Amino acid sequence: MTLRRLGVYSAAVVIAAWVLLPLVLITLAAFSPRDTLYEWPRRIIPDHFTLETMLFFVRSAGVLPSVLNSVIVAVLTIIVAFLISAPAGYALARYRFRGRDAVNLAILATKMFPATVLSIPLAVAFIRWGLYDRLIGVAIVHATLSIPFVTVIVSSVFVGISFELEEAAMTLGSSRLQAFLRVTMPMALPGLAAAAIFTFVLSWNEVFAATILTLNNRTLPALIVNSVLAAGAPMHYRFAGGFFMVLPALIIILLIRRYLLTLWGVTVR
Amino acid sequence: MAVAEVELAQVARRARVDWAPYLLVLPTLAFLAVFFVYPMAQAIGLAISDQQTGAWTLANFRRMAGDLYFAPAVRYSILIAAFAVPLQVALGLVIALLVNSRFPGHSAFLYLTAIPIGISDLAAGLIWLSIFTERGYLNAFLQAAGAVTEPIIFLTFEHRSWLVAAIVITEVWRATAIVMLILLSGLQLIPKDYHETASVFGAGRWRTLWHVTLPLLRPSLQTALIIRTILAFQVFATVITLTGRQIPVLAGEAYFWYTLYRSPNVASSYAAIILVLSAAITLGYLRLLRQRELEMAA
Repeated sequence: MTLRRLGVYSAAVVIAAWVLLPLVLITLAAFSPRDTLYEWPRRIIPDHFTLETMLFFVRSAGVLPSVLNSVIVAVLTIIVAFLISAPAGYALARYRFRGRDAVNLAILATKMFPATVLSIPLAVAFIRWGLYDRLIGVAIVHATLSIPFVTVIVSSVFVGISFELEEAAMTLGSSRLQAFLRVTMPMALPGLAAAAIFTFVLSWNEVFAATILTLNNRTLPALIVNSVLAAGAPMHYRFAGGFFMVLPALIIILLIRRYLLTLWGVTVR
Repeated sequence: MAVAEVELAQVARRARVDWAPYLLVLPTLAFLAVFFVYPMAQAIGLAISDQQTGAWTLANFRRMAGDLYFAPAVRYSILIAAFAVPLQVALGLVIALLVNSRFPGHSAFLYLTAIPIGISDLAAGLIWLSIFTERGYLNAFLQAAGAVTEPIIFLTFEHRSWLVAAIVITEVWRATAIVMLILLSGLQLIPKDYHETASVFGAGRWRTLWHVTLPLLRPSLQTALIIRTILAFQVFATVITLTGRQIPVLAGEAYFWYTLYRSPNVASSYAAIILVLSAAITLGYLRLLRQRELEMAA
């Protein structure tokens, strides 16, 4: 019994170290002085920490505007994705209707299909539709990517809230809409917030579509890809950029931890 | 008389069809039709039409196949998937089983190992670049341990297998969390009685795992395999940050044809290939895993 416990703990420690160590190292790199990053022998822990490397990244041409673009795109993505797919999530939770399984399958197919490569044909269409190199265009693609996730979280949130409460409100004289807004909605808010946060991360992290669909209005990942490939950005720029992009992820996992399993826990049977 | 009654009842039932769910689902389906199904058809359409005239042609595929990078791109994409996906599933399964054993501290362990789902392929590539680059942390550790005096150049065209290994390691680090979450939610669906029954009949932990848990987990394993393989064929930013174009991959070539050579049509040919490969893989897995089931039944 104790031997088994020892095995479990040592496996857990090794795996935890495997996940954590690269995060610790990129943090060290982002706060090391520039010279430390290029010298040999290479020191793992610098003799002093500094903001110089991070400031260099943040002050580099285009970084701040692209961070702003990324945030705008992410917020637009949340708005579009929720307007489009929150009703579907509600319907899947509350109604039994003919074709329900087909809808579920269509939504699941979006999660499994290589949606980002679709940004190439979309770029051609977007030029025609006047959406190319515009933030709303990127947000639309990101919304397409996040629809399956928003739908499953929203659906699981409403499954978790008893419909009888809504019915009770309706017998007390409120309409179905009122019952929904006054009774169900307040209880659903935390779950919906988790879905919104996840959507934010998905959009913040998305590289390929953003790179294809923008030219002057780069999001942060698109800018970094471009500066690495086209401009040969120096190493300390890349490390600081990597750390900057990871930062939200750490906060976000903490916020949405209750919904981690709902997000990915859909199984094809 | 009786027939008429039945018919009446049916008419009444038909009249009571509730349109609300259909209206609620409609926006999602319409949106997916325009921004998911349409571009999918458009990818095929662009791939088989001429950039100037729009006439049907196979010239795009010929240009793609004639390109120096094409064959290696197909080869490396398959190679990376073939190494990364099994490792992700194996490690994901180990983590999921550990969490599901509910040892004290398992929830902290879960959140910790789930962190990479919030990390993009781009950021993961940059993180591992800081480790594998010439003056990176791997060389720093080796030097501190006294194993090397001069830095080893890991990311070089001369050692293409090292480049592939760096990509695979980064992909395993980043994407195992997704597999783990799929498998963990699958594990939690398995009723506890099954395990109790197995232990009543004297099955040890390993036999229970092999004969009870894994067969019941098959649908989740299938999902994890399909999702990860399809995503592996889209690998882009990880490869770009670690190797540039030294290791060409399908999504990367689509990017270069679109931005560098300004040919959306050849780029679409790459997109079409990725689509066809993904569909083939999904069907292949479903077939393969279903056949197993039949064999077991027989």
